[in-house]
This record gives sequence, structure tokens and C-alpha cells, in this order.
Amino acid sequence: MSVVFEKTKYLTDKPFHYCPGCNHGIIHRLVAEALEESGMGGNIVGVAPVGCSVFAYDYFNVDMLEAAHGRAPAVATGVKRAKPDALVFTYQGDGDLASIGTAEIVHVAHRGEKICTIFVNNAIYGMTGGQMAPTTLVGQRTTTSPYGRDEAWCGAPIKMSEMLAQVPDSYYIERCAVNNNANIIKTKKAIKKAFQYQMEGKGFCMVEVLSTCPTNWGLSPVEAMKWLEENMIPYYPLGVYKDKGANK
Amino acid sequence: MALTLMKGSEAIAEAAIRAGARFFFGYPITPQTEIPEYMSARMPEVGGCFLQAESEVAAINMVYGAASTGARVITSSSSPGVSLKQEGISYCAGAQLPCVILNVMRGGPGLGSIQASQGDYNQATKGGGNGDYHLITYAPASIQEAINIFGFAFDKAEKYRVPVLFLADGIMAQMMEPVEMPEMVEYKVDPEKKPWAATGWKPGDDPAKRAVINSLYINTEELTVHNNNLQAIYREIEKNEVMYEAYMTEDADYIITAFGTVARIAKSAVNELREKGIKVGLFRPITVWPFPYKELKEAAVNAKAVLDVEANEGQMLIDVKLALEGTKPVEYFGHCGSLMPTTGEIVAKILEMKEGK
Repeated sequence: MSVVFEKTKYLTDKPFHYCPGCNHGIIHRLVAEALEESGMGGNIVGVAPVGCSVFAYDYFNVDMLEAAHGRAPAVATGVKRAKPDALVFTYQGDGDLASIGTAEIVHVAHRGEKICTIFVNNAIYGMTGGQMAPTTLVGQRTTTSPYGRDEAWCGAPIKMSEMLAQVPDSYYIERCAVNNNANIIKTKKAIKKAFQYQMEGKGFCMVEVLSTCPTNWGLSPVEAMKWLEENMIPYYPLGVYKDKGANK
Repeated sequence: MALTLMKGSEAIAEAAIRAGARFFFGYPITPQTEIPEYMSARMPEVGGCFLQAESEVAAINMVYGAASTGARVITSSSSPGVSLKQEGISYCAGAQLPCVILNVMRGGPGLGSIQASQGDYNQATKGGGNGDYHLITYAPASIQEAINIFGFAFDKAEKYRVPVLFLADGIMAQMMEPVEMPEMVEYKVDPEKKPWAATGWKPGDDPAKRAVINSLYINTEELTVHNNNLQAIYREIEKNEVMYEAYMTEDADYIITAFGTVARIAKSAVNELREKGIKVGLFRPITVWPFPYKELKEAAVNAKAVLDVEANEGQMLIDVKLALEGTKPVEYFGHCGSLMPTTGEIVAKILEMKEGK
């Protein structure tokens, strides 16, 4: 019998702690496969800060750093400056990247730091139990917006990909989703492209992946996927927001 | 021996480079800005990396990242900036990352002043960030002493896997003194000596050797084990790394305790009082953590009284009292903010104590 498919060795055998229906599992697999296919072997360092994915060091089978809330881009900067030949990535959620870590993510883009960020946006704080994030949609109910997010009181949801695409030295920014097979394949291609750009010595790359949080949205996994398609994708359109390497 | 006249901040920066530091991450803040300025010019000359961070918060996290690869890394700041770094320092302590942090103290609280102060003693020695941890904390009293301490600071940080803190002040950074620089150390990361560092692990390698730089132990029993390990390291440091200077303490009736720049002022007061025939000595902790409790008690055994002098509200006073265990009367003299105690004031205070006022 020939092996036609096996789990990538760039994931450990530790079972994920993620909730049923959460998209982190799919995204982890795509990242790990892209790491394996990068051909970088062991010259890889991942950084995962506080959030649902804080235990990423248990799952990604490479040298891993846990970072303080929001600080992964700064930590990754230190790693990359010390190991310029390594493939360095951060794996961050929206509460982390779009709130407490805005300074770090803006400036890693501003410096054109040669790292990749996988930004998982599920419009809520998952780890702490479903509080409002800067990415929470207007009207969306969370444990800290029990009447629904009020734009007049706390602003409209922040669009990080659009924002970071405006930073002169960001290199490649794409927003993806993993809600169907076609989009899963697109997401994998985007992650691989980001890693490829980094290995070519290009600037900062970010792949934003829209993700469900069935537990904190109070929906079944199937309903959550439908909610993502009907509510998140219209507000956070998928696509390439910047690609300095396109048509070159 | 060739002596060079150097400004404190530049001499300290050069000493860090001579000790093998090749990564500096920092942010401008008075009165230590000459350190990043010097590093920005000097690091490229030695093949190192100077990077101006967007904040002190980012700078200490860049330190965390670079130190995770085993490199010798340094950051510097001044009091308000060091407060911002506390989160990252706690993470470095928890993840057991060796690195060196410089605090060129200025007046506080809040924005305080830009003049020298010793107001961060408690922050440096009693915590600072969250959790049970300590930093080996050196309080040099001269530029040369700071240079000399850099000769082994990284070795200590790496031996114990703890961050090292230099507690200096604005006077030391801004003044000039003739100094002697050591030879350049060419430091190379040895994965055998730093098996914990991210030096390139791949699937199929020994799983025990994969770098996991982390301060999270969600299981309380595991966190307790981790903390117990840290505490055992701190006890070792307390046993092995205490440094102090005892100046004319042997026959002293009065012992002055002081650290850093203030200790130099106090030493002048000791000399002046000795000329008057009054037997005064100086006890100066060089490590303020670990504090030389036992050594101070021994040095003061024949003294009548102890005077603690500081450029703060008497933050070290509690350690002085703990050391003396109630065996001697202890008084305090100093100023909060950035007003330095003068030789004259210290002399007057000792004379007052002698006359039993």
C-alpha cells in the first residue's frame, strides 16, 4: 500500500484543545503543511502570544516561543534580527493583534520586518470567554456587549488588512477564509506565498484568516460557518489587499 | 594601562559590546539616550544589530525574541521606560531568558524629572513585574565598576538563566571619568551550552531538544514545580553572587549604608569625618539583589549606629533593618525626587547622631 496522504510532521501528535467547530484546527494544519513544504527544515521559529492559540507551542513541531499579549511581532522581530536566515512567523488572534498589539503589528509592517503573520480573526475574544473585540461586528452580542456592539459608543470594527496595506513597507497582505474547500485551498496558497516571499528576503507579509467561534458566538459549527459567510465576509471582504511581488 | 576619558553612558554601551552583546533594542528617554545613540553607531561596526523600537514595551519583547536564539542581548531605559518594560521583564524571568537590562534612574513618580534619582530600588529588588521572581541587580558606583561588572554580567545571566539588571542613575550616565576598557569578547552561540535556545530543531530530531520558550504553565502543579525551580535558582544566587564594598568599617562607630552614586558622596563624607577624628565607615551593596544581609550585620557588629543614605525616601532602609535584625539603631537621611544628598548634609547628620540629638 502506498501512502497517499499523511498528517504533516510539522504538527505534533498532541490533540488540539480547540472547541468543536473552531477553525484553528484547519488553519494550524495549513500553516504546518506550508512550513513543511517551505523546505526550511528546522530553520523555523514560530511565535504565538496570548489568546486561544497560546498553546501553539504544543502543536507546531518547530522551535516555538510563547509571547505576551499583543507582543508577538516585537518578539518575532528580535528572533528575525538574530536569525535572518530563519523562517519566522507569528500566529495571532484578533483580540491580540487588533487591540492590545496594534502598536507592534503596525510597526513590524512599518519596518518591513521580514516575518509572516497569520492573523486569525473570529470577531471575538475566545480564550477569555467571548468578550467584544475591536473586530466584533456592529450589533454583535458578546459578554461585554450584551445589547450588541454600538458603533456610536465604541466605534466600527477595525479592518486590519486594509489598514496594514496602507503602510508603505508592508509587502503582501491577503484576507482569506476557511469556510469551504475552495477557500481552504486559497488560504493554503496565501500562506505558502507569504512564506515564499519571506524566504526571498521580501518585507512583512500577513495572511488574515476569517474564522468561526461557535462556542462564544452561541451557534452550532454549521450555523457559525453560515454566520461567517453572511455577516463577516461582507464586512471583511476576502482578497489580496497588497502584493508588491505580483506580476514581477 | 591606557585610560580613556569617557562619558558614562558611552562607556557602559561600549562595555556591553566588549562583553559580546550584539543586539540592542531601545527607545529614547532622558537621561540615557546617549546609550542608544552610541549603539546605533557602534553596533554596525562590530557586525551587531541596533534597532530603535516603537516603544519600551516592544524593545523588551525584541530582547525576549533575540535572547531566545541564545544571542547576547541588551536594552536600556530610564525609570518611566523601565516601568513599561516590566511586563516583558517578568516574561523573560518566567521563560528563563538571559539578558541585560539597564535602568538609568531619574526622578519619579510618573514623569518625575530628568535628573538622577534612586527611586526605583523597590521596583528593582522587590519585584517590578508580576509573579515571584528576582533579577540579579548590580548597582555600580563608578563607570569603571560598571564596565568591570559587564565583564561577567552575561556569564551570570547565562549561568543562572535570569535577566540581569543594572541599576545606575542619571549622574553615572552623564558624567565623564577616565576608564580602562577590557578586550573584545567574540561571543558565539553554542547550542550545546544553550540547549534551551531556538537554534534550529526539525521534526525527527530529539523531541526533548525542541525549543519551547514559555512562561505559561496552565496546570497549577506544573506551575508550582516551575516556581520551585526558579526559587532554588534564586537561593543559589543569594549564596554565590552577593557583592559589596566595606570601606573603613572595621573600627567604625558609625556605619553609613548607601548604594550607587550616593555611596560615592557618602564616601567623601566618611573621609571628611575621619579627618575630624570621627570613626565612620561605609557599607555599600554592589548587588542590591541579592542583598548582603549577613555581610552588613557582620560589618556593623561593633558600630554604635547605622545611617542609611539614599536619593529616595529610604527604600533600601528596610533591607538595612532586616540585615541588622534590630541590633543597632538605624537612621535615614536623604531626599525624594532628584535632589542628591550632599557630603555636607551627611557629615552634619553623623555629627548630630554623635551628639545624640
